[in-house]
Amino acid sequence: MGQDHSDIERVVATDCGSTTTKAILIEKKDGVFRLIKRGEAPTTVEAPVEDVTKGVLNAVTELEELSGLKILHEEDFIKPKKNEKEGTDIFISTSSAGGGLQMMVAGVVKNMTAESAERAALGAGAIVMDVIATNDLRPVHEKIEKIRHLRPDMILLSGGTDGGTIKHVVELAEIIKAANPKPRLGITYQLPIIYAGNIAARKNIEDTLGSDTALQITDNLRPSMEMENLMPARLKIQDLFLEHVMAHAPGYKNLMAWTDVDIMPTPGAVGLIMRTIAKQREINIVGVDIGGATTDVFSVFGEIFNRTVSANLGMSYSISQVFAETGAENVMRWLPYRPNTKDIRNRIKNKMIRPTTIPQTLEELIMEQALAREALRLAFIQHKSLAVGLKGVQQQRTISDAFSQKISGQTIINMFHLNMLVGSGGVLSHAPRRSQAAMLMIDSFQPTGVTDLTVDSIFMMPQLGVLSQVHEKAATDVFEKDCLIYLGSCVAPEGNLKKGIKPVLEINMTMPDGTQIADTIDYGEIKVYPLGVGESVKAELKPLAGFDLGEGKNKKIEATLHGGIVGIIIDTRGRPFNLSLDDPERINKIVKWYKAIDMYPEIEKIAEMGQR
Amino acid sequence: MGQAYTPGLKVSKYTLIQKERILPIKGKTLVKKGDMVTSKDVVATAQLPGSVIMVKVANKLGVLAGEMEQFLQIKEGDQITTGQIIAEKRSFLGLMKDIVKSPIEGIVESISSITGQCVLRLNPTPIDILAYVSGEVKKVYEDEGVLIETKGAFMQGIFGIGGEVMGDLHVMVKEPSRRANVDDLSEEHIGKIIVVGSHVDYHFIKRAVEVGVKGIITAGIDDADVKALLGYEIGVAITGNEDISLSIVVTEGFGKIDMAHKTFELLQSLDGKYASMNGATQIRAGVIRPEVIVTDIDYKDGEIKESEYFIKIGKSIRIIRNPYFGKIATVIEMPTELHELESGAMVRVVRLELEDGEKVIVPRANVEIIEE
Repeated sequence: MGQDHSDIERVVATDCGSTTTKAILIEKKDGVFRLIKRGEAPTTVEAPVEDVTKGVLNAVTELEELSGLKILHEEDFIKPKKNEKEGTDIFISTSSAGGGLQMMVAGVVKNMTAESAERAALGAGAIVMDVIATNDLRPVHEKIEKIRHLRPDMILLSGGTDGGTIKHVVELAEIIKAANPKPRLGITYQLPIIYAGNIAARKNIEDTLGSDTALQITDNLRPSMEMENLMPARLKIQDLFLEHVMAHAPGYKNLMAWTDVDIMPTPGAVGLIMRTIAKQREINIVGVDIGGATTDVFSVFGEIFNRTVSANLGMSYSISQVFAETGAENVMRWLPYRPNTKDIRNRIKNKMIRPTTIPQTLEELIMEQALAREALRLAFIQHKSLAVGLKGVQQQRTISDAFSQKISGQTIINMFHLNMLVGSGGVLSHAPRRSQAAMLMIDSFQPTGVTDLTVDSIFMMPQLGVLSQVHEKAATDVFEKDCLIYLGSCVAPEGNLKKGIKPVLEINMTMPDGTQIADTIDYGEIKVYPLGVGESVKAELKPLAGFDLGEGKNKKIEATLHGGIVGIIIDTRGRPFNLSLDDPERINKIVKWYKAIDMYPEIEKIAEMGQR
Repeated sequence: MGQAYTPGLKVSKYTLIQKERILPIKGKTLVKKGDMVTSKDVVATAQLPGSVIMVKVANKLGVLAGEMEQFLQIKEGDQITTGQIIAEKRSFLGLMKDIVKSPIEGIVESISSITGQCVLRLNPTPIDILAYVSGEVKKVYEDEGVLIETKGAFMQGIFGIGGEVMGDLHVMVKEPSRRANVDDLSEEHIGKIIVVGSHVDYHFIKRAVEVGVKGIITAGIDDADVKALLGYEIGVAITGNEDISLSIVVTEGFGKIDMAHKTFELLQSLDGKYASMNGATQIRAGVIRPEVIVTDIDYKDGEIKESEYFIKIGKSIRIIRNPYFGKIATVIEMPTELHELESGAMVRVVRLELEDGEKVIVPRANVEIIEE
């Protein structure tokens, strides 16, 4: 580490996701770095292989086949680059192969601290596998056996109000110590435990667990009976997940030996790219990276950067959790036909048990994109609840808030102030049509006012993030030329009509070819005006019928709208936008919207077939 | 590309199997390295201390704490049973009596003439760890458990529910495409692990529980039935602790699917043999799949074959996603270039010949190897 990589000419970079390992080859040509090829292979975290490096070798082998280069000699990288046909100067990697976050929580009193701990873990995006309480009536050996069987990724231990009894919480620590749970992520992994209990017991907890676990101590989540303080524990869970759980996977140590710089957790690397975009362009952005096990959301508003990892919302390992969390109706509402619930359930569970498969038919693609909308929507809700300001600023809830389940603090996400929405991850980057990525982001994030939509071309932001730490120019060159794809500006006024249809937006703009556009758009429409990548127009946009584009109800705004692969997208379906499965007009509406943005081929035929 | 890495489930007639058997708390191991054990043998045991119960004897007799001892019929260290008289006071020439009975089975831990209380302790609960598979003790973890090594048939399922069970295998159907009828369940199936064919539904499972079946091996199951059975939705697939009185191993997936011939033929060949089965599943990094094991330590002919994880031309594979879900095919071409699917996605594919001769193209990600 710490080597000089300033003269590199060829880079191989991988991102080991929970489901797929992606490899990219970057080369310097005529003084500029460009993406040459991309390869991928299933991530190898399942027995009997159980070694993430096998997936890396398979993905790089695909790169070799596609590029005609020789990069590997048996199971080793040829470094540095020997000639035009052989070797690479560096190999770097990011990882999120560890997958989702499944936690156990422990507290002294089942209905008090244990419940607060459960809320903290759920709020941080974890799945709570079991709640252990001193008074839960289970014998000690059952608790120990449960911890061993479940192999949690992390344990949140709480108990006792500050200055109260320490005996019970230390007993809980002893149970955890006795369980000595075997990590699911290999022998190099130490189980992270967060202690968020009575401050008077910290020393005892350290003595009990300090040497055998990765113990972290944070503020008591129940400092007094009346006060619940979940935010420090939530943020600590997020940090530890990112730094300690997510990147690890069986074989992680072998991968570390190969890379020229430290392996970066995928959200860390994507976060770097998001911050760079916001800083270079001086804009507010929201970015998302939707993976197989997790969905990471990033935001930069002014100087404030926030990153959340929804640890169990994703498109492969976590797909069934998305379905469980959002409910069947919310998924099925996006399908252009009346779905058979039993069939949908079986299809989703079949993806859960074989997470590396991909949709072959259009019908299966539409179903996965329906689930993707819900994963994105839920991840953004979680981001808004956690993105409440600067880290370290405590948000406290009183006992009445705790019982009423109000979200503490005020989110800093203001959709009117959002300039750009950036999508990354397989389901967005590899959507067969870019209009699908645009529609998925619009439906789930509901951009309001005027927002530019962009997408990571082939899902390479993680690799560019870690590359930016090694060679900034290489990362910037590839990012500008090969990575960020403009889809177009989205114009969406805030407001809703209780009934009927009437005009809600007037548009006046002159297109680059001189065509004048003066349109009035009714409520409930999606409309696209073609405008190419790199082109822009000045537009006058006047909301009607009490709708608002950020300046107030019915107040006209002037905005520069950017073109892209899709074009300028007008969305007058209202904000907040809500589509109900019970709406008798639902199928007609979504067929109309999908057609307007040219989302799928032969959408009417699919709707007709689905009805049968 | 000459070959491509493709994970698949292990379905093997003869392979090496190792199982760690560990106590939840420290205890003692009952076997030593090199011992041969059967699956039902206890290999390690621990005693979980019983809880303590305080009985206010003096209060109940209506005497002072210091007077209690003369009425006691027990002493410290005595074994006691539930309902046994531990103190008795007679008055009015023996016509009236006050009696204190033991609420538990256990021992008398202590007697206090200061508080007038007897402290009773429940008998310790023995925790026995069974071998689960017949074989040789390869390692002993002092006070904690053992590692058992054996050989035999090993079959992984794709998904399961419930924990470890053992019993005779009983194949209820003649074809992998058939499904067992609920009316066929009878006393004959008590304590058995039954192979039910292509599909099982909620009513069949409920009836199997009533009959006393220990385990079900099925090709398919409907998710709606799993939800009805468990009473909740499975989010991330982590199972093994379900309290449903039997265990289930699903070999193919959700819905009605024929059981793979190879799997069915293996199970048929093991009909009547004693099997160990575990439904525990964890589908996340560090995957755990459910399993069925029939040990055969005397099997001499079998040579243990290394598993293969690469597909190549001529190889038999199973398609694991629609529109050909469950079909068996042979690889006839592995093009390097990307191919456009019906969904519009450009991906790497394999060209396959189905069993009926039809030639189809499928994404490489959607096939799974079948071990020869």
